[in-house]
Amino acid sequence: MPDLLLELFSEEIPARMQGQAAADLERLTSEALAQRGLRYEGAVSHATPRRLALHVAGLPVRQPDVREEKKGPRVGAPEAAIAGFLKSAGLSSLDQAKIEKDPKKGEFYVAIVEKAGRPTLDVLAEILPAVVRNFPWPKSMRWGAASAEPDALRWVRPLHSIVATFGPETEEPEIVPFDIDGVKSGDITYGHRFMAPQAIRVRRFDDYLPALDRAKVVLDAGRRRDIIAHDARNLALANGLELIEDEGLLTEVAGLVEWPRALMGSFDENFLAIPPEVIRATIRANQKCFVLKRNGKLANRFILVSNIEAVDGGKAIVAGNERVVAARLSDAKFFWESDLRTRLEERVPRLDNIVFHERLGTQGARVKRLEDLAYDIASRVGADPARAAQAAHLAKADLVSEMVGEFPELQGLMGRYYAAAQGKDASVAAAIEDHYKPQGPNDRVPTDPTAIAVALADKIDTLVGFWAINEKPTGSKDPYALRRAALGVIRIILENGLRLPLLYEFRLAQSHLRVHANIANDLLAFFADRLKVYLRDKGVRHDVIDSVFALEGQDDLAMIDKRAAALTKFLDTDDGKNLLAGFRRAANILRAEEKKDGEGAFDARHAPNLRKEHAENVLAAAIDRARNETKEKLKEEDYEGAMRALAKLRAPVDGFFDQVTVNDPDQRYRKNRLQLLHELREAMLQVADFSKISGDAPQGRAPGA
Amino acid sequence: MAATFSDPRKSFQGLILTLQNFWAEQGCVILQPYDMEVGAGTFHPATTLRSLGPKPWKAAYVQPSRRPKDGRYGENPNRLQHYYQFQAILKPSPPDLQGLYLKSLAAIGIDPMLHDIRFVEDDWESPTLGAWGLGWECWCDGMEVSQFTYFQQVAGFECSPVSGELTYGLERLAMYLQGVESIYDLNFNGREGAEKVTYGDVFLQAEQEYSRYNFEHANTQKLFEHFKDAEAECRALLAAGDKGERHEMVLPAYDQAIKASHMFNLLDARGVISVTERQSYILRVRELAKACGAAWLRTAAGGA
Repeated sequence: MPDLLLELFSEEIPARMQGQAAADLERLTSEALAQRGLRYEGAVSHATPRRLALHVAGLPVRQPDVREEKKGPRVGAPEAAIAGFLKSAGLSSLDQAKIEKDPKKGEFYVAIVEKAGRPTLDVLAEILPAVVRNFPWPKSMRWGAASAEPDALRWVRPLHSIVATFGPETEEPEIVPFDIDGVKSGDITYGHRFMAPQAIRVRRFDDYLPALDRAKVVLDAGRRRDIIAHDARNLALANGLELIEDEGLLTEVAGLVEWPRALMGSFDENFLAIPPEVIRATIRANQKCFVLKRNGKLANRFILVSNIEAVDGGKAIVAGNERVVAARLSDAKFFWESDLRTRLEERVPRLDNIVFHERLGTQGARVKRLEDLAYDIASRVGADPARAAQAAHLAKADLVSEMVGEFPELQGLMGRYYAAAQGKDASVAAAIEDHYKPQGPNDRVPTDPTAIAVALADKIDTLVGFWAINEKPTGSKDPYALRRAALGVIRIILENGLRLPLLYEFRLAQSHLRVHANIANDLLAFFADRLKVYLRDKGVRHDVIDSVFALEGQDDLAMIDKRAAALTKFLDTDDGKNLLAGFRRAANILRAEEKKDGEGAFDARHAPNLRKEHAENVLAAAIDRARNETKEKLKEEDYEGAMRALAKLRAPVDGFFDQVTVNDPDQRYRKNRLQLLHELREAMLQVADFSKISGDAPQGRAPGA
Repeated sequence: MAATFSDPRKSFQGLILTLQNFWAEQGCVILQPYDMEVGAGTFHPATTLRSLGPKPWKAAYVQPSRRPKDGRYGENPNRLQHYYQFQAILKPSPPDLQGLYLKSLAAIGIDPMLHDIRFVEDDWESPTLGAWGLGWECWCDGMEVSQFTYFQQVAGFECSPVSGELTYGLERLAMYLQGVESIYDLNFNGREGAEKVTYGDVFLQAEQEYSRYNFEHANTQKLFEHFKDAEAECRALLAAGDKGERHEMVLPAYDQAIKASHMFNLLDARGVISVTERQSYILRVRELAKACGAAWLRTAAGGA
C-alpha cells in the first residue's frame, strides 16, 4: 500500500503555533481523505521552525467505486422536471433510467449513477492545495509579488517549497502534482539553514527522516525536547549543578531550533544579590535560557540552546549570550536597587493614576475597597483585621515599581520582597505575594489568615465589580478570568475549612460601587456552577449541589460542601434511594392534585382526626419526629445526623404508599392525605430540595394513589 | 582588508557604510535621512508612503530616530533618546529576503557558522501609523539585532503588493561588533589615539541636553498648541491638494502628521498625557496618517 509524504517548507514558524499546526495538518488531510472514501493505516505529522510534515501510511491506490441510486420525478412529470433530472444524473435519455413503483408516489424514474473510483494520486492533487489554502493559522500573511492579487495565498510566513510524493515502498514514488500561487509540489527539500542548506531529493518518509537527520534537522519536536532536556541535565551534572526544569520553556525552545545544541554560560556572582525569581524571569523571558541550582540555591550559570554546531565549539555564542544576560541583569539590578529606595506605602498614591477598568475606577480606588473588605473578612477567618487591612493597602503597590513594570509576572512576589526589605510584618509581606493565589486548580492556596483575608477580598471585589458592570464570562470567553477567581474563593474557603457568608460579603463589596443592581444572588448562582465543577472532581454529583443551593440563603460554602457530602452518602444507601423514590411519588401526586385544586391548596397542616388508616398515623408521627430531629441536627450542623433522622421516614413512607389510597373518594380524606404528604415534602425540604435530584434513583413500588 | 574608517568591526561609520554598500548592490536607492524628527525609520515617507500602491520600490537609508522617553541623561550605557536605525525597504518583498538579510550580516562580519542567528516571532504593529505586519526579531547570540517585517497594512490600507522591511539597530550591532559595553565607548571614526572619535564625543552632550529638554523644560502648553497646529495644517493641506481623482499635496501634509506624532511623543515624555488621553492622541495621529495614505494612492508615485 502506498504512502503519502507531504512537507510544507517555509520561513520560520512561530514556536507557539507549531504544535497546533502539525495537528491541524493531520486532521484536515485525514478528514479530506475520509470524505473521499480513502482509508489509511496511519498518519503522523511533525513541525520544526521551518517545516510542517505529514506522513500518511497505507493508502489505497485508488478510491473505491461507488454506486448511487438517484430518485427522479414520477413518470409523466412535466418535461422541465425530467430534463433537470437527466442533467443532474448525467443521463442522455430516459432509456438509461429505471422505473420503480411506490404505493404512494406511483411510478417514478431512478437513475443508477456509477462512479468509478479515481486514482488516489489525482484525489490528493485536489485535496492538498485546498488544505494549504484553507489552513487555520491563528495569524497569516501575504508576501512577494503574488500579494498584489486579491486572493493571494496566505501562510504563517512565506511558503517556499512543497514536497508531495505518493507511492508504494518498493517503487519510485510519484510527485502529487499541484501548484499553489507559483509554489509547485516536488520532491526537493532543504536541510539546516546554515549547516546544510543544500537541496535534498526525497522519495518517501523512510528516507526523508534520515536525510533530514544527516542535514542537521531533527524533525520530531518530542525528540528535540528530549535532546535539549537530556543535554541540559548532563551539562548541569558535569558542572555539579542542577537544572531548574521548565516545561513551557523547553517546548518553546524546541520550536526555535532544528538542531539543538545546549551550551553553558555564566554571569557575575554579584548579580545573585537580586531575588532569584527576578534572575530567572529575566533570563527566561529575554533570552529563553534555563537557569541552574547549586546545593538548592540559584547558581550564576545558565544554559542556552543554540541552533548550530559552531565551528569554535560555541565560544562566540556563549560569549555573546553572556553579554546580553549581563546587560539584562544590570537592568534588573538597577530596577531592584532603585525600587528598594522607595517605600511601598509611598507608591500607593500612584495607583490613583492607574486605571483598573474604565468603569470600575483606578487601582487606587480598588485598594481602598480591598482594605475595607479585607478588614471585615479578617475577623471571620481568624486574622487580625488591622493587619489584613494594612496588607491590602500595600498589596498592589508593586504594580508601580520598575521591576513589575518590566516583568508583570513578578507582581506580588516583588511586593513581598520590598515589604520584607522594609521590615514589614512577615505575614503582611507574605500576604502581598499570596493574595493573588491560587491562580488555577493546581496552584497553592494561601493558608496564613492575613493572606487568606486579602486573597478573598481581592477575588470577591473583582467578581462583584465585573458583575456590577455586567461583564460576566460567556461561553469560552472569560477575559477577566472570573471563573478562576470564583474557583479561588471556593478553594480558599473549603481547603482551609472557613466559614464565610458570601452574600453578606458580596453586598459589602458592592456597597463601595455606585451600582444598585441586585447582583448578589446571580453571582451566588455562578458560584454554585463553579462549585459543581470543583466538587465533580471529588465525586459529588452536580444535582446534589443544586438540591442544596435551591434552599433559601445558602451562601456558606463550607456548610454546602458538608451537606452535599452527607447527602451524597445518604443517597447511596438503600434508605436514601427508597426515601427519594417516596419523595418523588409524594411530590408527583401533589403536583398533579395541585393542578386541580390550585397552588398551595394543601399547604395547611393535616387534621389528625381525619386520619383513618394505621399507616397514616405512623407516617404523621414519623414526620413530626423527623421534622424536629432534623431541625435540631441542622442547627448543630450535623448533616450526617440530619440524614439519619430523615432515613427514619423511609419505612413509614413506604407503608403509607402500600396501604393508603391518597385520592380517597371522600374529598375530606383526600385533602387531609395530600396535606400530610405536603408536610412530608416540607420536612424533607429542610435538608435539601430533593426535586432537584435526578438520575438513577430506583422507581417506587406499585402505585398506591 | 577594509580601511579602519570603513571596517564595520572597527567603526560605527564603517557599519553604516558597509550596510549602505550592501543594499546599494541589491539595487536599492540609497537615501539620506529624512529631515524631520521621527520615532523610527518606518516614518520616513520612503517607507510609509512608498509601501502603499502597486509600484515597485527599493530603498535603504539611515534614519536618526527620536524617542524622548528613552533619554537617560547620558547615564545609561544602553539607552538613548536619539539613535540610529538602518532601514531597508523592498517592494514587493523578494523571494529570498531572509537570504539577503543573512548576507548583509555576513558583510558586517557576522558569520552564521560561528554565531547563533535566529528568527524569533514578532508581530509588528504601529498604532500611530495604522500599520501592522508579521515577521521576526532577528537574534544574534541571544541579542535582538534587527526587526524583519512583511508589511500587511499601512495607513489602514492593505499592502498590495507586500513590502519587506528590515530595521537594524545600529548602536547595538556596533557594540557587539566592537565588543564595547557602553554605547558611548563606540569608536565612531575608526581611528586610534588622539584621532579617535567616540560615540560619546559626538552624542553624549546631546543626550544630556535633550534629556533635560524632554523631561523638564519642553513647554507643554506650546507643545499642545503645536500638536493642534500640525493636525490642522495636515488637514488643510490635504483639503487644498485634493483635486478629485488626483491629489497634489500629500508629502507636505504627511510632514505635518509626522510633526504631530513627535509632539505627542514629547508630551508623553513630559508625563502630561493621561492613560485615557494617550489613546485618543494616538488615534488622532492615525487618522492623519490614514488620510495621507488615502491621498497618496491618488498620486503618480502611489500608482494612480
